[in-house]
Amino acid sequence: MEHQYDVIIVGAGLAGLRAAIELGHEIRVAVLTKVFATRSHSGAAQGGIGAALGNEEEDSWEWHMFDTVKGSDYLGDQDAIEIMTQDAPRTLIELEHMGVPFNRTPDGKIAQRAFGGHTRAFGKAPIKRACYAADRTGRVILDTLWEKCLQLGIQFFHEFQLMDLIVDQGRCRGVIAYELATGAIHVFHSRAVLLATGGAGKIYKTTSNALASTGDGMAIAYRAGATLEDMEFVQFHPTGIYKMGILISEAARGEGGILRNRNGERFMERYAPTIKDLAPRDMVSRCILEEIRAGRGIEGKDYVHLDLTHLGEEVIEKKLMEITGFARTYVGVDARKEPIPVQPTCHYMMGGIAADADGHVILDEKGTVFSGLYAAGECACVSVHGANRLGCNSLLDILVFGRRSGKAIRKFLQTAAPPRNPSGLAAAHRKVIQGLFSKSGGTSYGPILDGLRAVMMDKVSVFRTETGLQEALEVIQRLQEEYGRISISDKGSVFNRELLDVLELGYMLDLAEVITVSALSRKESRGAHSREDFPARNDGAFLVHTLVRLDEGRRPQVFTKPVVITRFQPQERKY
Amino acid sequence: MRCTFIIFRFDPSKDEKPRYQEYIVDAEPADKILDCMNRIRAEQDPTLAYRASCAHGICGSDAMVINGRIALACQKLVKDFKTANNFVLEPLPVFKVLKDLIVDLDPFFEKHRSIKPYLIAEGDPPELERLQDPEKQKQIEPALRCILCASCTAGCPISRVNDAYLGPAALLRAFRYVFDSRDEAFESRLSQLDAEDGIWGCKTMWWCTEVCPKGIPITQCLGRIKRALKQREGHGGREAQE
Repeated sequence: MEHQYDVIIVGAGLAGLRAAIELGHEIRVAVLTKVFATRSHSGAAQGGIGAALGNEEEDSWEWHMFDTVKGSDYLGDQDAIEIMTQDAPRTLIELEHMGVPFNRTPDGKIAQRAFGGHTRAFGKAPIKRACYAADRTGRVILDTLWEKCLQLGIQFFHEFQLMDLIVDQGRCRGVIAYELATGAIHVFHSRAVLLATGGAGKIYKTTSNALASTGDGMAIAYRAGATLEDMEFVQFHPTGIYKMGILISEAARGEGGILRNRNGERFMERYAPTIKDLAPRDMVSRCILEEIRAGRGIEGKDYVHLDLTHLGEEVIEKKLMEITGFARTYVGVDARKEPIPVQPTCHYMMGGIAADADGHVILDEKGTVFSGLYAAGECACVSVHGANRLGCNSLLDILVFGRRSGKAIRKFLQTAAPPRNPSGLAAAHRKVIQGLFSKSGGTSYGPILDGLRAVMMDKVSVFRTETGLQEALEVIQRLQEEYGRISISDKGSVFNRELLDVLELGYMLDLAEVITVSALSRKESRGAHSREDFPARNDGAFLVHTLVRLDEGRRPQVFTKPVVITRFQPQERKY
Repeated sequence: MRCTFIIFRFDPSKDEKPRYQEYIVDAEPADKILDCMNRIRAEQDPTLAYRASCAHGICGSDAMVINGRIALACQKLVKDFKTANNFVLEPLPVFKVLKDLIVDLDPFFEKHRSIKPYLIAEGDPPELERLQDPEKQKQIEPALRCILCASCTAGCPISRVNDAYLGPAALLRAFRYVFDSRDEAFESRLSQLDAEDGIWGCKTMWWCTEVCPKGIPITQCLGRIKRALKQREGHGGREAQE
């Protein structure tokens, strides 16, 4: 089936929806999503969205900028961070005007609370900067933006899996998608494409991410010639529910929650004397694992306690209802009375498709643009998060840059030629699927996926070494070979979930390889990338972004580009 | 621990009528029902179809009937059931089955759309945020927990017999906007709901409240809409909102 649009947006999380709203209804926009829009993973964001509104105490966007730069371990591009933090207050007001039901201060303004790594006066003390709607901030913003799209009459294609980009003479001219309900291949011709496909946490065994977070957009763009940036930086959130990975928001510590080891000690006081439990996520995750390594995990096991018992019923009821519900449902813990068992869980990709602050996909260190292709949200690397993202900066990122991408696309459309409609695309992709269906007796996706997730968790997570990364790379490459022999037992056309699993596994294998190759190339420790064989940060050699693209032999080729530094020179990162 | 799963199967492209298929899964007491289903797919039968995404009760994808009761498969653990480790999984009632446990939710979202689920406020907004009394915000708080999983509407006995009835989920979303102190369409929203297939379709049977996986007092929220309409009949005007 063939379709004609001006713009195709892939992904119906906040980045995609915000861009769709920007483009509005007078431009022919379609939003494709592999799930239903309100199932997008943006909805799982709990704690808040950062903006220097100053509703609770004095704040300034420069402080927010500094915190973000320092949080990124000086790898974030400061021009982009300036844009984001300066635009944050406007973004929040806009959300409120759209109807987002934020919690309120006693005088009726948007309420704010403390969050990890956010400080007043360039690191002096924690600050209340995270605007929130209880601990379901992402969910209510997602609902509000989706409902705004309904009001605007924006067209959605639900349960459509992205299969490929249409690239013709170096320009992106649409996408190929697979309709899950029918098995039909759809060709969407368009003048511009925005990838807003989210993260890839499912590459790891323990993750807070949704089943849909398999990095499809990143991998498809990479295969089509785009460059991936800073993929070695994978965020492990310190407080996932033990064994399950389900997120317990940083808001729990923002509201006063405390991490304790088996001795009941508030161990973060030793590691980050100024802001303690509100240190950034990379640090807290490492500290938890250090405690566990030193035998101070609870009962000597691989978890610690998150203690909320002193917060009182009212705080828990009004501000932390969802997460206390998770503790009750999944581990039978009443967080008002007993601590929650937690351990780090894979949460967020700092890296992604190299893009600029207007969503243009950037191919190299010279800034060459992939014409017609845009990226925003977690699948993009602008880079505002550098080596470590601060909590409540991701909702901000995806809304600010989703909107800016929409604006840039609008401008591009003024001069962009109409689509050329290359033919034969649907037939070619039907062949790919028939090829997969025709194989039998090969490996199924389950064991390959388990192998991938285990090795990434074991060798490419919080702590890394040369030997471990090399071993991981060998395993990934072996799994890629096995993947070539994979077969599908479900040959049906109605909701063939197995076909999707197989496609997703292919994307994850590619990304795992890029993550590992990038991690091998960075022989230093910075932010979330902690090399035990190179424990120090090395600005002389590595104050650069890692870029990876496919070379002519379709192997990952690593190169670099400089970091943009404007206001804040790199300093030692202490809290 | 050996668990038996008896699962509703139906592929309209192949099957003339639905059937039930049995699977044996080795599960831990703390495993989610969804974990067990994922294991069935990965290890035994990849053709089993169901929706799931966030896997912790926020995205609202995996509402189904588990041992006769509507629930989210990701929010129920094996040990939550006193059925000797036997489980029967079936699709949500009310909606058409597309395949196995996947149902057609288009009519559900069509009703959602029909209640104008967005803030209506004339004129330019203020330069900064609209101020809102936290106490007023609190009035709509229960409805903000809704994840659009369709459990309530599927569980509603009225929805089962009357296709045209808006159903509890759409009415709950209407409640969220009717009583949002920033919204200016109070009167027209109430008028739209004032219909036999609107709010008066609700016969206060509480089944929606009982099945809601987010613990929302849906019936009470719907009751507030009814009261506002009755007050309007009596006095007219906006005071019903207060």
